[in-house]
Amino acid sequence: VEVKLLSPERALYTGDASIVIARTLEGEIGFLAGHAPLLGRLLPGRLRIVDADGSEEVAAVHSGFVEVGDSRVVVLADVAELAGQIDVERARRAKAAAEERLREAEDDEEAKAALRRAVLRLEVAGKQT
Amino acid sequence: MPAAQLREVRRRMRSVQSTKKITRAMELIAASRIVKAQQRVAAARPYAEEIARVIANLVAGGAGDHPLLRAREETRRVGLVVLAADRGLAGAYNANVLRTAEGHLRQVVGTASGYRLFLVGRKAQSYFRYRGYEIHRAYEGMSDTPTYEDARRVAGDVLAAYREGEIDAVEVVSTRYYSVVTQRAVARRLLPVQGFEVEAKEAGGEAPRTVYEFEPGEPEAILDRLLPRYVEARLFAAMLDASASEHAARRRAMQSATQNADDLIKTLRRVANRARQTEITTEISEVVGGAEALHQSAEREQE
Repeated sequence: VEVKLLSPERALYTGDASIVIARTLEGEIGFLAGHAPLLGRLLPGRLRIVDADGSEEVAAVHSGFVEVGDSRVVVLADVAELAGQIDVERARRAKAAAEERLREAEDDEEAKAALRRAVLRLEVAGKQT
Repeated sequence: MPAAQLREVRRRMRSVQSTKKITRAMELIAASRIVKAQQRVAAARPYAEEIARVIANLVAGGAGDHPLLRAREETRRVGLVVLAADRGLAGAYNANVLRTAEGHLRQVVGTASGYRLFLVGRKAQSYFRYRGYEIHRAYEGMSDTPTYEDARRVAGDVLAAYREGEIDAVEVVSTRYYSVVTQRAVARRLLPVQGFEVEAKEAGGEAPRTVYEFEPGEPEAILDRLLPRYVEARLFAAMLDASASEHAARRRAMQSATQNADDLIKTLRRVANRARQTEITTEISEVVGGAEALHQSAEREQE
């Protein structure tokens, strides 16, 4: 399938792949060529783009949409980073700061969201949280 | 007197020279910013085009009755988003877009009963405040290098006002970047959402008609989330275009300022040379005069 991973600021990935695995509202779905046209929402999670030779590109996608048409998968992410582009140090700092804030106020929604984002980034970057 | 004049001219030359250094530096900075802004415009385009294509598909599939798509029967108040710069020193950049915006606003006031101003850039704020217009929202620190977060903030406020019925239509007045030499202030409609078909065609050749299965159920629910993203993306594109235009205008202004400084330095150098020459001539004539006087008095003594 032809894959496009786009964020509002730039295209993160365009190319061919054999399967794309995304986290949608209904769980993880793998899209192969010839998948029925579908339009779905993405939950914050890992997006995996697997090439025919088994090599894999992983990205952190913080919500967005996936559009599937005849042999094409377009991911319109609100915010997204490829694994290799994640600033691990920054994510660690963000995680610590969010945890600190949650200690002070348990139901700080903003801090919770920040923590989720940081944890997802660290997971995708392959670092222990 | 000529010595004093010479000193004065030399002092002015030094001051013009240092001004020239500054304008030249600003010119070079602006030139590099134009390129960066244009790259960001190009980088942001795929997302806008794809989201437009998806929306076009949904609308073609019969989901066209969304509140953000439907024109309201009566337009009581119009929202006007104006994109200007925080800083001046950009030639007529601010004046052009602000004059266009004010002209547009007068027209709006003529047909609708009210307006809400969303102003980006300090220059827009001071312009409209000085003229006694009511400012609804003002934003700073975005015009130089706008981020998507910035666009999101402005679009969020605009969408909220539109949803609440405070405004019934929204237009953006901003400067469009056509080329390094051509930028023009234009007004474009932002809400209700329209024009996505044009953008969708640019995204892909295929006729916009894919019938989707829906993950979270209703197409309306997904349109609810897609349309705001599209509005943000359009505003973001306009902001990037405006910043490219701002830098282009600033580069031009600074280029001609540098040119002016060069001309001024040339003139001053000529004045300085003349003053120096006069000084030398005076000195020579004094020396010659003195020598002549000595010579004459010596001759008189011999007689």
